[in-house]
Amino acid sequence: MAENVEEPWTQARGMFASLLAGPVLFLFAFLLAPLAIIWGYSFGHTQGLKEIVVDGTFANYAHALNPLYLSILLKSFVFAVLTTGICLVVGFPVAMAITFAKPQSRAWLLLLIMLPFWTNLLIRTYALMAVLRTQGYVNVFLGFLWGGLSHVLATLHVAHLGAFHPLDLLYNNFAVVLGLVYVQLPFMVLPLYSAMDRLDRSLLEASLDLGAGHLRTLFQVVVPLAMPGIASGVLVTLIPSLGAFLTPDLLGGVDSQMIANVIERQFKAANDWPFGAALSFLLMYVTFAAIALQSLFTPKGGRRG
Amino acid sequence: MTDAARLPKPKPGPLDYLARWPLRLWVAGTALFLYAPLITLMVFSFNNSRRNIVWRGFTLDYYAQVLQDESLQHAFVNSLTIALVSTVLSVILGAATALLLWRFRFPFKAGLEGALSIPIVVPEICMGVAFLVFFTKVVPWPTALPWPLNLGAIIIAHVSFSFSFVASVVRARLASFNREMEEAARDLGASEWRTLMDIIVPHMRPGLFAGGLLAFTLSLDDFVITFFTSGPDTITFPVKVYSMIRFSVTPEVNAASTLLIVITVALTALALRLQGSDAGRDAL
Repeated sequence: MAENVEEPWTQARGMFASLLAGPVLFLFAFLLAPLAIIWGYSFGHTQGLKEIVVDGTFANYAHALNPLYLSILLKSFVFAVLTTGICLVVGFPVAMAITFAKPQSRAWLLLLIMLPFWTNLLIRTYALMAVLRTQGYVNVFLGFLWGGLSHVLATLHVAHLGAFHPLDLLYNNFAVVLGLVYVQLPFMVLPLYSAMDRLDRSLLEASLDLGAGHLRTLFQVVVPLAMPGIASGVLVTLIPSLGAFLTPDLLGGVDSQMIANVIERQFKAANDWPFGAALSFLLMYVTFAAIALQSLFTPKGGRRG
Repeated sequence: MTDAARLPKPKPGPLDYLARWPLRLWVAGTALFLYAPLITLMVFSFNNSRRNIVWRGFTLDYYAQVLQDESLQHAFVNSLTIALVSTVLSVILGAATALLLWRFRFPFKAGLEGALSIPIVVPEICMGVAFLVFFTKVVPWPTALPWPLNLGAIIIAHVSFSFSFVASVVRARLASFNREMEEAARDLGASEWRTLMDIIVPHMRPGLFAGGLLAFTLSLDDFVITFFTSGPDTITFPVKVYSMIRFSVTPEVNAASTLLIVITVALTALALRLQGSDAGRDAL
């Protein structure tokens, strides 16, 4: 195949200009402009009911450093890190099983992981609500087991267990982290799989032949070689978890709100747009910092993505 | 490769981790975790009981109710219209972007690529509130417009987050283009535009379809960004489902969700099939 050599734009000005015009106009008008405007708003304040005056104040950022909001930001970060950690621990063996499966079963396993990923985020969250709520499947099933057990124990005259108290599985921090893991797991498995798929298997065989056990091979050979994949898996799980809105909104309780919920409230109920804008940009800066950190783990000249 | 193939087949190889039971159990457990909620959701959409926990027999009543519910119908038509229009626009803009980046070397190219990665790296909530401010304060989108036009703000928001995904799919497809074909067309006297339309665009076609289906699914599925741009008259299907979910867990929601799951899974499978057959042709 011929090597693709890019030509300088001066070679075909007409074609260049007509290809460039649409995308660049659209990007500036409908992506960069809205973001620039809320960036501007973050340095302003509300006057009256609807008016926003941009006067270069840092008051919104100072307000965001208030312990209340700082603790929500911290909580979001803890949730996101916890989610990412659980996804990594759950996803790594799955990715390994897929990598080393026979080709025909590999395609099916990949489909197995991908299929829930194509399903609407809202619907997946709703499905989890139906499972976790007080009258949900988990509690009904546990109640059924409890009933059976208490019946057996009562007939044997061992003990009386009393009535079953449904577990509070929904509207708390547990539900939020579980929901985030549920939604993000495929995002972790896919980059792990594509990194492990590329690694040289003879290195693993050499390690096993030279007497290292499977666990030692895993931690001293597979994990270091799969590091770029781990880093990108961590990134694609961490970023959406950090900015998650729907999961804490639907599964969380009053004390499990994350930063996105606070931002939404500023723009809707509380109607303090400049403060919401400042919080949005703080979230964006944290996200960009995570991306910059990830690029440190990726070897230079390595493939992106 | 051939030597390895000729070796007698070992029972389970040292690297055949899937043959080991702890890993099988792990994969099965993960699959159960991922699928059990969705499957129960779909199964219970056919359950003849309002309380929705114990199986009381098969019924299609909830589907009938969903299909007759006017506000759901309206939301569904809105969603499809938005998805169709934003897909067409995203494919046009995405194809132009892909051609531009594939073909030319120009100043600020890295800047353009950076701007294209914004929808991928910026959290959805931030994009959502940016569009909310933009379409209510800066360029207020008239709410009194007749039907398809009042969806304009949502369509624009959808195009702006999906066209860069289309661009990256089409660009990947262009990487397999044989530049000699283009040179041959030029040597035989075709103009720049004729070459583009007759040689390059036909090669791009599978990428355009796959990218288009991706844009369609992204648009149909989007909740967060639409939530901030939609008004009382421009409710989309996910936004409507969200308001139903907030209210309670009902079999109607199960039925509506099942319909949406089936549609998106079918569309994505079609997109993958198109990309797959494309990859197969290249391998030949």
